[in-house]
Amino acid sequence: MIGIVSYLVFFLTMGFVMSIAVLGLNLQWGYTGLFNGGVAAFFGAGAYGLILLGGSNKAGQMIGFGLPYPFAVAGAVLLAGLLAWIVGLITTHLRHDYLAIATFGVAIALENFARNAEPITGGAKGLRGFERPLENVINDPFWFNLAYLIFVIVVLIIVYNILENIGQSPFGRLLRAIREDEVAAQSLGKSPARIRLQAFIFGSMIMGLSGALYATFYAFISPQDILPILTFQIWSMLIVGGSGNNKGAVFGTLVVWAGWVGSGWVLTQFAPVEMQLYIGTIQFIMIGLIIVLTLLIRPKGLLPEKLILSRSVARLKPE
Amino acid sequence: MIQNLFDGILVGSILSLGAIGLTMVMHMLRFANFSHAELLSVGAYVTFVFDKLLESMVPAFSQAFGGLSLTFSLIFAIILSMGVTGVSAIIIDWLVFRRIRDSAGPLSMVFASFGVALIVRNLISLIFGLKPKLYSEEITFAVRVSLDPLILIKLDQVFVLCMALVIMLIFHFVLSRTTFGYALKAVSENPTLSQINGVHLALMIRLIWLIGGGLAAVAGVFYGLNNQVSFLMGNNLVLSLFAAVIVGGIGSIYGAVVGGFLVGLASNMALLILPSGYKPAVPFLIILFILSIRPTGLFGEKK
Repeated sequence: MIGIVSYLVFFLTMGFVMSIAVLGLNLQWGYTGLFNGGVAAFFGAGAYGLILLGGSNKAGQMIGFGLPYPFAVAGAVLLAGLLAWIVGLITTHLRHDYLAIATFGVAIALENFARNAEPITGGAKGLRGFERPLENVINDPFWFNLAYLIFVIVVLIIVYNILENIGQSPFGRLLRAIREDEVAAQSLGKSPARIRLQAFIFGSMIMGLSGALYATFYAFISPQDILPILTFQIWSMLIVGGSGNNKGAVFGTLVVWAGWVGSGWVLTQFAPVEMQLYIGTIQFIMIGLIIVLTLLIRPKGLLPEKLILSRSVARLKPE
Repeated sequence: MIQNLFDGILVGSILSLGAIGLTMVMHMLRFANFSHAELLSVGAYVTFVFDKLLESMVPAFSQAFGGLSLTFSLIFAIILSMGVTGVSAIIIDWLVFRRIRDSAGPLSMVFASFGVALIVRNLISLIFGLKPKLYSEEITFAVRVSLDPLILIKLDQVFVLCMALVIMLIFHFVLSRTTFGYALKAVSENPTLSQINGVHLALMIRLIWLIGGGLAAVAGVFYGLNNQVSFLMGNNLVLSLFAAVIVGGIGSIYGAVVGGFLVGLASNMALLILPSGYKPAVPFLIILFILSIRPTGLFGEKK
């Protein structure tokens, strides 16, 4: 029984951590129509940033600045934002798919860097030696994980509320205006390139936050955690849930995450021995199919975007 | 140094072949097709299958030409594979991209292309296994062109380079001398106007997929001859192909050829100053560099 509960705690923690990244993507794609093909890069910048900034500086190992946890998280988020700023500055005013290519590229470059720059990133072995905050206070792993789940939920609620408020604010309407008709938005005196850059950076910082929470949970990060498949997973979660809808983003995350974990379990249990090597392959095909089929059959996702009216207009409208 | 130069030109010729199709699709259908590189894998594996089939049916075909791993069966297999790969590109368009084109924006197609790439790549590994394959199990020896500096060149590589150049030359004549070439130019300049002049747009799109797929197949086989046939081929080449297209300017076929060579050269020359582990990141740096100094590429038109 305790096994099932602790697995459930793990499942929900990872699900909610990823749903934060999905919310960040929703700000970019759902609200603003920005294509980020490198979610893994910004997630990874946050994850590596956290361990580098918050990890203890052990003898003989130049990792970690030993910053207090809140500062490490803030630094990790800023690092993701900085990366987004560099990529965004060059691409947000260009043809729209340049951003897709550049972000896809930055994810490959970052993974490549993490794999090779051994003195900084620990190379393929990754970075260990991060002490999780309060781990000394809560000794029992079960209670620690439960406490961490509650912490993640609190962060998720905060991020969710910020994004909902942005969605309903004039800025949120501006984002959707740019998504729907850039020229029209421009004719109203708005600068689409600048606004797109802001949304891109902010969304990427949220992904960085998600990465930081991920790294905190495992107290470990390696290039294996930031492979391109992560980007596709996050994408499929958003599109299944319904891009443009934050509730859908969280819901979609849990659905796809359950499908991923569930299919992995079923395949390891029941697939014949010679197929065991190919479980990942089958799961990748599944993610690909989810993306393509959702686009073909239900492009708006399970919970489609709702029309958000300005509060003043909503008041005028008869119920 | 000279070895890097030669390797760069060789890889460049392969990238050029792959980038021609990608630039046409990116220009005509207005989306960055992340699944284009998978057509290289499809071409390489289809060739592998036909090659083995032909060898077992006609044993005489398996005789390799002196010094090359090239056989008659491989030549026929490549030609068959060009057709099959081109047709599979049309089928993918018909199954996925055409439907999304009708109902949603170009970015949804970019998105779908990620999904298609994931499906194609992993289906290949599911069918053919995770281990890479080789067209010829026999070891081909490199010829030592000079000792100091040490330059090693395989005959296969010379063949690949020559064939790539010949194919691009043929394609150049098709573009500049045939009605199809003119129609293609017309469509890429103004699709609506070209239709008024009797160009069948849907047919042209199919032809673009067919040609793009066919050239990608050749590129895939050449890459396979030079390295090995692996399901990760598309994954390894996708960014370089985009770099080639962006360097050349989206929509410019000659730009894609030049871009391919430049990216191939730059990637190999970069190894003179960078540790080889960083090679996969080089195309990204090229893309960032070009986008920040000249976003339209070398031959691209301003929008």
